[in-house]
Amino acid sequence: MNWVSLHHRLERNAGLLIFGILLVSSIGGMVQLLPIVTGDHAHAAPGLAPYPALELEGRDIYIRESCGTCHTQQVRPLLAEVKRYGPFSRAEEFAYDRPFLWGSKRTGPDLARIGGRYTDEWHRLHLLDPRSVVPVSIMPGYPWLAEHPADRDGTIEARMRTLVKLGHPYTEADIAAAPAALAGRTELDAVIAYLQGMGRSMQGAPQP
Amino acid sequence: MSAAPYEDRVVTAFLYCSVFWALIGMAAGVYVAAELVWPTIDFGLPPLSFGRLRTAHTTLVLFGFGVSALIATAFYSVQRTSHVRLFAPGLAWALFFAWQLAIVLGAASILAGWTSAKEYAELEWPFDIAITVAWVAFAVVFFGTIARRRVGPIYISNWFYGALIIVIAMLHIVNNLELPATIGKSYSLFAGAQDAVVQWWYGHNAVGFLLTGGFLGMLYYFLPKQAEQPIWSYRLSIVAFWAFVYTYIWAGPHHLHYHAVPEWVQSLGMVMSLILLAPSWATMVNGIMTVAGAAKKLKTDPALKFIVLSLAFYGLATFEGPMLAIKSVNVFSHFTEWTIGHVHSGALGWNALITFGTFYFLVPRLAGAPLWSTKLANIHFWLALAGTMLYVLAMWGAGVSQGVLWLSLDELGEVRFSFNDVMAAMKPYYGLRFLAGLTFLAGAALMAVNLAKTFAGRRTVVARPPAEGARA
Repeated sequence: MNWVSLHHRLERNAGLLIFGILLVSSIGGMVQLLPIVTGDHAHAAPGLAPYPALELEGRDIYIRESCGTCHTQQVRPLLAEVKRYGPFSRAEEFAYDRPFLWGSKRTGPDLARIGGRYTDEWHRLHLLDPRSVVPVSIMPGYPWLAEHPADRDGTIEARMRTLVKLGHPYTEADIAAAPAALAGRTELDAVIAYLQGMGRSMQGAPQP
Repeated sequence: MSAAPYEDRVVTAFLYCSVFWALIGMAAGVYVAAELVWPTIDFGLPPLSFGRLRTAHTTLVLFGFGVSALIATAFYSVQRTSHVRLFAPGLAWALFFAWQLAIVLGAASILAGWTSAKEYAELEWPFDIAITVAWVAFAVVFFGTIARRRVGPIYISNWFYGALIIVIAMLHIVNNLELPATIGKSYSLFAGAQDAVVQWWYGHNAVGFLLTGGFLGMLYYFLPKQAEQPIWSYRLSIVAFWAFVYTYIWAGPHHLHYHAVPEWVQSLGMVMSLILLAPSWATMVNGIMTVAGAAKKLKTDPALKFIVLSLAFYGLATFEGPMLAIKSVNVFSHFTEWTIGHVHSGALGWNALITFGTFYFLVPRLAGAPLWSTKLANIHFWLALAGTMLYVLAMWGAGVSQGVLWLSLDELGEVRFSFNDVMAAMKPYYGLRFLAGLTFLAGAALMAVNLAKTFAGRRTVVARPPAEGARA
């Protein structure tokens, strides 16, 4: 019996065909994903803490506006990238990134090391009207961020509790203090806090 | 009493919606392309903002246009290759309404800011659950029809549609494992680097099993039908199918070259991406050799022209893909417009063109009337070709420029060009890309008119399986 007649059996049995497809297509995923998902690739860098409430709110707004369609958060270990952006990215910086926001496209510059590069006021102007500070910019303005209070729907505690279930070490005190930390702040403040915190965990890391 | 007629009305319904979502999704694409040239045309309105609208664009074309076309063609062909009416037609109709509702609400939710930010899986958890349920219905109808078939062997197009259903289910469920915090917000079960590896296992294989595998199912049924030739090599089909199913799934990590993931998984992803060229091109060769016997028909039949051109772009995109997966090429192409060009040479040149060709073939058969205008279809063909070529060339120009200029160092070892200078230099390319998208969209609009006119005042023809004992 050669392989073609063996295959004849497969293509006459729907159950066998389904099973065959499932088996053959799952091998690659198991070899590549299982060691990484179950392995020690998610431990946090020393001193890395989960995002404070205001930064978490900012990050969730960054996600809401799909900033990641144009901005990456991943400095590759290449001389030109390290010169342009700063120290290259390491896995342990992202232990509290759910989801990861590395992006796949740089229509705008990488943001992994943006924290502390510009003043809060620069970010304020830039987010409201990018061309007021960068004349050639093609970034959209986000005027509504200044009009919305942070945590408009009052879910910051629920979000932090969800992250606790996933292993983020927020304390009850952190969660209880969150609404007060966001009170009186706008979405714009939150996004700026997130941007200013970006990449700070690796400051002082050895340069390649 | 002859056998129950085929359930083709649901095919027509999916086909109509597919054309509708093609127009809406591509229009959204053209609009975001325009925003990169004229950044203030979002008028400060959140739903028109680039990030949200770009995400709506990919969601609409993938799940609205693409999946509706795949379900329409799968339901049409599985009945004819099984000689039996669709299993559970009621469920097929429920799937139709559920799927279209999910697209409407899903697109609205993205414009409202609901997104999980995982590329091509951005819809939030309520939609992830809805899609899973709908997908199960798709599987039940499809495999139920196959189980009741009156033909011995399961035809090869059904293997590909079957692989689409099974593998996409697996990818969708694993990549969308998340814990809901509110109705419109969830957090991924995986964090950081782990999330990245899972996401690109999904992301690359959504391309693999939806945009490649699913549409190869379309190719394997409609190309031989159109060309009136049997598939050139049966053995090559078998080898290419299993090699495709096995190899594709390994290629995801080439999206993470030089990222903070283990080196071994990057290299493995690269090697398997190169190997993937073999099954991809085996299928292309099989398709081209099948058409070779119908060269005459190629001159007169616009539907066949679309399908053959799509095969050429399939070959181009599946060659370009492995090349971009090579680390030393990827170092230049990654994060640039080249990626966007590569995606669109596949999405426009391959997926959209084969779908258009298939629709030009299908609609006259479903309507029981000749195509309203062959001339209009020929104009569409040239608009589609011109639009795709201009798009791809503009993005190559932009992407290669970005890749080289970003990494360029001067004699002192400092970066030679500021990011803003390189960004500003992209403007002419973005302008060309906008024109390219507009050209392609104009062609699709002509098709919509042509198909609607063909169908005007008609109902879906009632077709029946051949009598017992007849050959396919």
